[in-house]
Amino acid sequence: MGTVVVDVMLKSEILDPQGQAVAGALPRLGFNQFTDVRQGKRFVLTVEGEVTDEVLAAAREAAETMLSNPVIEDVVGVRAESAAVESQTVDSQATESQG
Amino acid sequence: MKIGVVTFPGSLDDHDARRAVRIAGGEPVSLWHGDDSLRAVDAVVLPGGFSYGDYLRAGAIARFAPVMSALIPAANAGLPVLGICNGFQILCESHLLPGSMIQNDHRTFICRDQRLRVENATTAWTSDFEQGAEITIVLKNQDGQYVADKRTLDELEGEGRVAFRYVVEPAAASGASTHDRFAGRNPNGSYRDIAGVTNARGNVVGLMPHPEHAIEQGYGPSLDGLTFFSSVLKTMVNA
Repeated sequence: MGTVVVDVMLKSEILDPQGQAVAGALPRLGFNQFTDVRQGKRFVLTVEGEVTDEVLAAAREAAETMLSNPVIEDVVGVRAESAAVESQTVDSQATESQG
Repeated sequence: MKIGVVTFPGSLDDHDARRAVRIAGGEPVSLWHGDDSLRAVDAVVLPGGFSYGDYLRAGAIARFAPVMSALIPAANAGLPVLGICNGFQILCESHLLPGSMIQNDHRTFICRDQRLRVENATTAWTSDFEQGAEITIVLKNQDGQYVADKRTLDELEGEGRVAFRYVVEPAAASGASTHDRFAGRNPNGSYRDIAGVTNARGNVVGLMPHPEHAIEQGYGPSLDGLTFFSSVLKTMVNA
């Protein structure tokens, strides 16, 4: 099982109300060093088998046609991610929540 | 004259839109998102609401519903289409109209009676208005901030394709007893105060505020919404 990670961000010239809300709240917790926050979206697409060039090409097409709106957003990354890393992340989260 | 109103999962104002069509003298026809048929209607309304929960982006998933595969070519061929609120977002996601809507700049939901100026009274949905008329209809949204790049905005203005603009109330004098939260600014941060736009041909119009809630005496702030529907009924008679 392979996964493709797609990252989408609002274009830099578009105001990001959610990022601004987060930026406004961080100083209340003492985080005064961050001058700006931009919030994006991550999609993790899972396929049977390996992530081939065809799979990556399909992911790029999905990213441009549906996962992002080119009027306001940029696809900033489309990359294969090893399944082992993903499952480790899930495992450690599960362990933490049990603890 | 048959006017179709599409129901998507999460549409809220489809019933009111059909009622508005009927009160204006048209015959409302229910269209279903899962059907790729427009049932031979003469015009279509994409109503407000939260289609598919606004997941991904407002209108983004509805844009790929089967009904849209029939609607997009029909709109490109001249079928009058009105997108209200979420319907406007769906038209933008479909690239039938330029630009997009993002979250209100103040990040809160708004619901208010809103003054608008009719900037283009030649479209299929605005021809019964006087050019420059000021109307008052309901505005209610979370993701209502109209955005587009500068080139697109200049193009829209140059071609007279801004259909409606928010009337910005003058900022209150200091010490005034009443305070309009949105005095001195438009209510959602929309670029150049744009509330609605049209395509070049004038058959596809989208706007954030809701004409279908301003059609009956005693309900809503005015009867200004009726003119949208009387406009399209006349357009169809003359077509």
